[in-house]
Amino acid sequence: MMSAQRAPTAPIPAQTGVVAGIAAITMTFAAFTSALVMRKGGGADWTHFRLPPLLLANTVVLLASSGALEVARRRLRRAAPGGVRWLSVTMALGLLFVAGQVAAWRALAAQGVFLATGPSSAFFYVLTAAHGAHLLGGVSALAYLRYRVGRAAAPPLGALGAVTTYWHFMDGLWLYLFVILAVCV
Amino acid sequence: MTFLRRYVFSLDHKVIGKQYLGLALLAVCTGMVLSWLMRLHLGWPNAAVPGLGTVSPNGAPGGVMTPEYYLSLMTMHGTIMVFFVLTTAPFAGFGNFLLPIQVGAEDMAFPRFNMMSFWVTFLAFVVLVSAFFVHDGPPISGWTAYAPLSAVGKDAGPGQGTGQILWAVSIALFCVGQLLGALNFIATTLDLRTKGMSLARLPYATWAWFITSVIGLIAFSVLLPACILLILDQVAGTSFFVPAGLVISDRLQPHAGGSPLLWQHLFWFFGHPEVYIAILPGFGIVSHILPAVARKPLLGPRVFIACLVAIGFLSYMVWGHHMFLSGMNPFSATLFSVPTLIITIPATVATLLWIGTLYGSKLRFSTAALFCLGFISVFVSGGLSGFFLAQPAVDVYLHGTYFVVGHFHFVMGVAAMFGIFAGTYFWFPKMFGRMMNETLGKWHFVGTFIGVYCVFMPMHYLGLEGDVRRYSAFTDEYMKGSLPLHRFITVAALFTGACQLLFLYNLVHSRFRGPLAPANPWEATSLEWSTASPPPHDNFGGQPPTVYHGPNEYGVAGRSGDYIMQASSEADPAA
Repeated sequence: MMSAQRAPTAPIPAQTGVVAGIAAITMTFAAFTSALVMRKGGGADWTHFRLPPLLLANTVVLLASSGALEVARRRLRRAAPGGVRWLSVTMALGLLFVAGQVAAWRALAAQGVFLATGPSSAFFYVLTAAHGAHLLGGVSALAYLRYRVGRAAAPPLGALGAVTTYWHFMDGLWLYLFVILAVCV
Repeated sequence: MTFLRRYVFSLDHKVIGKQYLGLALLAVCTGMVLSWLMRLHLGWPNAAVPGLGTVSPNGAPGGVMTPEYYLSLMTMHGTIMVFFVLTTAPFAGFGNFLLPIQVGAEDMAFPRFNMMSFWVTFLAFVVLVSAFFVHDGPPISGWTAYAPLSAVGKDAGPGQGTGQILWAVSIALFCVGQLLGALNFIATTLDLRTKGMSLARLPYATWAWFITSVIGLIAFSVLLPACILLILDQVAGTSFFVPAGLVISDRLQPHAGGSPLLWQHLFWFFGHPEVYIAILPGFGIVSHILPAVARKPLLGPRVFIACLVAIGFLSYMVWGHHMFLSGMNPFSATLFSVPTLIITIPATVATLLWIGTLYGSKLRFSTAALFCLGFISVFVSGGLSGFFLAQPAVDVYLHGTYFVVGHFHFVMGVAAMFGIFAGTYFWFPKMFGRMMNETLGKWHFVGTFIGVYCVFMPMHYLGLEGDVRRYSAFTDEYMKGSLPLHRFITVAALFTGACQLLFLYNLVHSRFRGPLAPANPWEATSLEWSTASPPPHDNFGGQPPTVYHGPNEYGVAGRSGDYIMQASSEADPAA
């Protein structure tokens, strides 16, 4: 392997890859939300609807998952026990968040607010779905990380750092989207 | 390793690079045949093309194509060429094969992503081409797929239903594939450089691929959400891009309130950087090859890198110059016009650096060298007309005409193709371990060079005369005066296409029968020439090289050879 000869301070590709990935995802959501702002300003048909209160609970769940991942990361770095369990807690909270988002969709659908009902509902569904898809990607990355932690003698710190960065970014991204949706929708 | 693992689902960046180049070759042949059909119709609007009526009884009854069928060919030609040729070949193809070797790495940073990148791109191509085989045929809305006609389905014309959906899905997939590739290029360049390979010692081609991948990372991640919104407008009844009260084909569209301009903004925010995704690898390839054939260091290497960075940065501020006619606020046209003029400065500086490098050199006239010279020539010819188009007042007249067709075919189409040709003749020995035939190569260059000038130069005059882009025939009283020139262009296009047979023959013949290539046939300096031709599976046979020099050590006096390789530990006698 190349890494054998490299200096210990050398950058880790997984970290660089995640930073580049975050840049790309930032651009994607910047495009989505600037489309929202332009569409809201340009069309006379923008309607407001009440966001499901469940979103607040989902936000708390997602923030808690980031906390759980921080606990996992610190334990894994110190090779302390319980790291893997906290990874599982993170994944469970992540899945709970996605389930909560689906429940919020169903609540809206029950009120008759669907994707094509109006531009505000269209953006609501598109943004939450895109974020959820990216979050599920994070859940699979966590699953992969958990599998690697279980197999390797030393914890894969590069992958751990990369997944943690990505997961916290998903948190921040949701907060951004939540604010945008709360203000515009 | 099984056959599948080694040649199909390979993780080796060299195989993936060749797969990308193979895909681009398939795509360019498809795109070129489409352009011949269009050209034949433009030259002889009433003549039947033998066989076309059988292939497409709806689009070309009796072999004479309908205007809609012409538009569908135009759409597919543009989409295939821009995405699957000009992006895949110079960036993903050559970049994949060469970037890891040039930085001294065993492979890309994420080989699995790399494999996915190719296969997702391949799937995107299959999805796009499948539009030929659906009931209504391919979409007719051009490679830019302007809303609202691209968003309302069948009412907007043949191909605007299923065909347009396939188009949008294909482009969305393509974005995913290229994003995975860009991630790999960035991480590999930053993190997998071998000992001694500082950023300042990176070869110019690597710099260009790196900057292109940063541009691509930002551009494709904006086109992807745009395509998703377009697909939703088509299939889910949303109204992102379709305005209220729109009547198409006598039917009031059920959508309301959307903004067609929004699509143009999102598309061109990607679309203009895409032009640089196509051309910057050509910049890199030319700057990589020119010193080796001129036996002189590239003039102003740091200035050249600064030009690449400046072009990359400015490419994000000029997208509105595609929209001067869109009904956008005229004041913002000025806003976009200024950076458009500014971006010509780094492009001109880079061109002057190449010419300065050539000045006083004893050029080795290999085929690769000729195509580099051709690149500079067509880039300047096409770039000059860009000055006119950058002025909103002039562009209002010219934008809808053949002037623009001539402009962009020169400056991004043919120039990027010449970069691809130069790269092929230069790196073929490294890729396949055999030399290409130089005599055939030179005939290929001469024919192609004359051919493309005969095709695209007259288009500027057609545009000044007022010949409108996207018209399928110029037969009415007012326009039929341009028919002879259209016929000349058609003949030139067929001639240029025929010259490519020389290239295809040369490729196939040299692949199997060419003389065996030494490790460094061009006496070049970068790391790919330090390893065998073709390189072993891990590129350097288990011994990653150490780098002592920059890539620019040509024309070194005071020793037997006139160059020092990057991996040579010998000191520069001049230093």
